[in-house]
Amino acid sequence: MLLLALDTATPAVTVALHDGDDVIASSSQVDARRHGELLLPAIDRVLADAGRGLDAVTGIVVGIGPGPYTGLRVGLMTADTFGLALGVPVHGVCTLDGLAHAAAVEGPFVVATDARRKEVYWARYADPRTRVTEPAVDRPADIADQVRDLPAVGAGALLYPETFPRAHAPEHVSAAALARLAAERLAAGAELPEPRPLYLRRPDAQVPKNYKVVTPK
Amino acid sequence: MADEPLVLGIETSCDETGVGVVRGTTLLADAVASSVDEHARFGGVVPEVASRAHLEAMVPTIRRALKDAGVSARDLDGIAVTAGPGLAGALLVGVTAAKAYAYALGKPLYGVNHLASHICVDQLEHGSLPEPTMALLVSGGHSSLLLSSDITSDVRPLGATIDDAAGEAFDKIARVLNLGFPGGPVIDRYAREGDPDAIAFPRGLTGPRDPAYDFSFSGLKTAVARWIEAKRAAGEEVPVRDVSASFQEAVVDVLTRKAVRACKDEGVDHLMIGGGVAANTRLRALAQERCEAAGIRLRVPRPKLCTDNGAMVAALGAEMVARNRPPSDWDLSADSSLPVTDPHVPGRGHTDGHDHHGHDHGHHHGHDHVHETAKENLYS
Ligand SMILES: [Zn+2]
Repeated sequence: MLLLALDTATPAVTVALHDGDDVIASSSQVDARRHGELLLPAIDRVLADAGRGLDAVTGIVVGIGPGPYTGLRVGLMTADTFGLALGVPVHGVCTLDGLAHAAAVEGPFVVATDARRKEVYWARYADPRTRVTEPAVDRPADIADQVRDLPAVGAGALLYPETFPRAHAPEHVSAAALARLAAERLAAGAELPEPRPLYLRRPDAQVPKNYKVVTPK
Repeated sequence: MADEPLVLGIETSCDETGVGVVRGTTLLADAVASSVDEHARFGGVVPEVASRAHLEAMVPTIRRALKDAGVSARDLDGIAVTAGPGLAGALLVGVTAAKAYAYALGKPLYGVNHLASHICVDQLEHGSLPEPTMALLVSGGHSSLLLSSDITSDVRPLGATIDDAAGEAFDKIARVLNLGFPGGPVIDRYAREGDPDAIAFPRGLTGPRDPAYDFSFSGLKTAVARWIEAKRAAGEEVPVRDVSASFQEAVVDVLTRKAVRACKDEGVDHLMIGGGVAANTRLRALAQERCEAAGIRLRVPRPKLCTDNGAMVAALGAEMVARNRPPSDWDLSADSSLPVTDPHVPGRGHTDGHDHHGHDHGHHHGHDHVHETAKENLYS
């Protein structure tokens, strides 16, 4: 088994290769503006580090967000297209679950990423492997009562200390954690989600007002 | 024939997810998935709606194109993709897919220019482009007159719209007439039953001191809207067919007049018309008439090849392969304002022979390009 994992749902462009036992190579860069440019060279580098070719990959694991749309699509489109070209399965993993899996926390906690526009994407976990709420997007102040007393991880938590006073690392998701989580679930015979984006917001689409009257009154 | 390059092309610059397959100048497949219906209620293309639709449609559309073409992905000689200009987020989906596909298949990648592709597509209809080629490109996004001596390396802009694109004017007038979106086809239909001489609408930028090859449709748009409002204000019925015909005549009159003039001035004896507005039946008829009178040979691809599609990208990609143009790098980015003068985006270290030092950026408009990406935050 050789899993290629990638995630572009947050400012991190992160790639990892997992051989069934553990992660054998990985790369993470944080650059919110250049997901499209950075991802494929990063994949190329990770494969080279591991001395493997893409054709040796037996499955793709991709972070499905939630995440701001433009970057999120880079990972999903890459994963989908690899799946088509290689004829291998493409598995989705919730990006928040990847962060949770890397969190060294015992007991209930919260994962929150930056959703921009003064909002966070977040979910609650019973432990690093068990999410207990659906991912949601909210203003930090609106969820403070539900999360303030819990430890929290992720850039969204670190950004709003008033709402998440117990926030700590990891800040960004790593594809290594995503790969470990997926490998664990696949080995246990669990189903992974479809590789479909979790946008959680409707597209910004303003219906144009009635055409502007140009005749002076 | 079998040794001509077999290329798959991907186009996502606006609301059509297009995947085409060509062998040399032969069209093998032209698969298009359009999100136009999702935009109709907004009266225009909503970028985020288009980008979401591209992601959904891409893999099925690639599958369909390969099946229609009856070829295997392994046999491709290259993957071409629209690198720009267009909607940044929409372009990025296509560029990402093309890079991943080319990388996974071990094929060269060619990031190409959307406008040059609109010209090159005519090779699939009428054979190799004459050199030089005069091209009139008219769509919802642009209206330009271009002269190309080699579609893979030299595209020179002679003129362009200084305000709205011709297609935008059609959309706007259709909205004023409550005819829905997109406006081109419906105005074309009404105009067929109307009188093009019923109302004398203005011809923009046609005065003796105006730039010979530039266009302006903003004044026309306002004049038509005003005329309609005056009718409504007077409680009279608006003659939709006559307004459509007279408005359309004003647009195509200027377009064809300037295009024919450019051919004469530059000594080019044929004219290519492409872009979505080239599907307009009156534009095709008037261009034919005026070209015949001027001894110019007119080349207009069938309507389906005039609107945005993947075959046009594949056509230009195949020409890049045939002429040994250098492929693009794996960090190719979508460039929403890729200049028309760049038919493609060659990789670093490949600058077709000139100027070999200081190449931090692959293409020679590197500065503008960096400026553009910095402006577009891909994370939001
Ligand atoms: Zn176009």
